[in-house]
Amino acid sequence: MKREFLRRLGWSLLLAAGLGAGAARAEDMAPDAFIKQMSTDVLDSIRADKGIRSGDLARVIALVDTRIIPNVDFPRMTASAVGPAWRQATPDQQKRLIEEFKTLLVRTYAGALQQVSDQTISMKPLRANPDDKELVVRSEVKGSGDPIQLDYRLEKTPGQGGGWKIFNLNVLGVWLVETYKSQFASEISSKGLDGLIATLAERNKTNAAKKN
Amino acid sequence: MTRGVQRWLVSPVARRASRLAIPLAVVLLQGCATGPDANPRDPMEPLNRAVFRFNDALDSTVLKPVATGYKAVTPSLIRKGVGNFFNNLQDMWSSVNSALQGRGQEFSDNIGRVMVNSTIGMFGLIDVASALQIDRHTTDFGTTLGRWGVAPGPYVVLPLLGPFTLREVAAYPIDYTGDRSSQLGGSADANAEISVLKIIDRRANLLDAGNIIDGAALDPYTFMRDGYLQRQRNVQYDGNPPDEDLPP
Repeated sequence: MKREFLRRLGWSLLLAAGLGAGAARAEDMAPDAFIKQMSTDVLDSIRADKGIRSGDLARVIALVDTRIIPNVDFPRMTASAVGPAWRQATPDQQKRLIEEFKTLLVRTYAGALQQVSDQTISMKPLRANPDDKELVVRSEVKGSGDPIQLDYRLEKTPGQGGGWKIFNLNVLGVWLVETYKSQFASEISSKGLDGLIATLAERNKTNAAKKN
Repeated sequence: MTRGVQRWLVSPVARRASRLAIPLAVVLLQGCATGPDANPRDPMEPLNRAVFRFNDALDSTVLKPVATGYKAVTPSLIRKGVGNFFNNLQDMWSSVNSALQGRGQEFSDNIGRVMVNSTIGMFGLIDVASALQIDRHTTDFGTTLGRWGVAPGPYVVLPLLGPFTLREVAAYPIDYTGDRSSQLGGSADANAEISVLKIIDRRANLLDAGNIIDGAALDPYTFMRDGYLQRQRNVQYDGNPPDEDLPP
C-alpha cells in the first residue's frame, strides 16, 4: 500500500517535472487562453483525484503549489496588500510577509477548491489591446446555482510561464488584495510590521492545526 | 406598494420597531467611529462590531450546531429538494426585480427558471433549469433601489440578520414580503416554522464557506465588511465596476 503510494508519487513527480520543463519552453500564450488552461487543468486534476474528493486537504495544497503558485506574483500581491508601509519594511520583513501571506492564501484557496464538484469554467470576452502590459481576464464558474464571477488581474512576464502572472483575484466582485488591505493596515498601525507578521504566522499555525 | 408591505407597516413588529427607533438613533450617534483606520462607509463601527459579536456568538452556539446537525441527519436528496424549493421562490422574486431593474437577460433567465422548475421541476423541488444551463441571477429590491439611483448609505450590521447597507435595510420589509416563502404557511405559526427551516437550510449551505472565511480572515469583522461593500458595488455595476479605488 505504502510502496504503491510512493511509486505513484515518484511517477507524478517525474511527470510534473516534465510538464514544468515543457511549460517553461512554451510560447507566451494569449492571456485568456492562459487562464482557461490553468483553470481547466486544476479542475480536471481535482476531479481525477480520489484523495482530494475524499477530503485530503494536503493533496489540494500540493496541487495549488504546483499548478497555481508558479503563475502568481506573490511579492507584488503582498506589497499592495501591505500598502505604503511596504517601503519601510526590511528585506527580511518583506520576505517573511510574502511567505506568511502566501501560506494563508494557498490554504484558503485549497479549501475553496475542495468544494469543487461538477463546475465548469467559461471565459468572458477579453477586452484588451495586444500591447497591454496589465489586463483583466474575466471568467465564470458554472455549476448549479448562480454563476460565480472569477476575474484575474494579469501582468505580462515575457518568457516566464505562460507569459503572464496573476497579481490579484476577484471572487464574486470582491478583490482579494483589497479585502486584506484594511485588515493589514489596522494590524500595522497597532502592532507594527512585526506584529502583522506574528498575526499572520499565528493564523497559519491555527489553520494548520485544524483537521481539514 | 403591495398589500404585504402595508400589512407589515401596521404590524405589531413595525409599531414596536418605531418605538425603538429614537433610543436606537441615540445609541447609533454615540457609537460613532473615529481614528486613523476608520472606514468612511462604516461610521457606526463600534456599534456594528458589538452587534457582529452578538450575531457571531449566537451563530456559533445555536445556528451553526443546528445546521450541522441538520446536514448530518437529513439525506442529501431531501436537503437538495428543500434548498431548490426555497431557491425557486427566491427566483420568482428575482424575476420581478430584474424586470424592475430593466436587466433583460437576467429577467428572461430568471423567469425561464421559474417556469421550468415550477412545472417540470415539481413545484421547484428539482432544479431542472440548472441542468438545462439556464443561469440563476439572484437579485432583490435593495439592488432595484440602487438601480433607480438610491445611494447605498452607510454599512449597518443588524441583530440576527447580519451585514446590510442602509438602503438594503429600507428594502428589507419589501424583500421579506416579496419572497413568498415568508407567507407560504397560511398561519403565523406555520410561517414561522417555514422561516426556521429556510434559515437552517441556508446556514447549512454556508458551513463550508464559513469555515474557509474563519481560516482566511485576520479580523472577521473587517473581512466581512470590506467583502460585503465591494460585492454590493460590483452588483451595482453589473460585475464591472470602475477602478477608482484600485491601484494602477
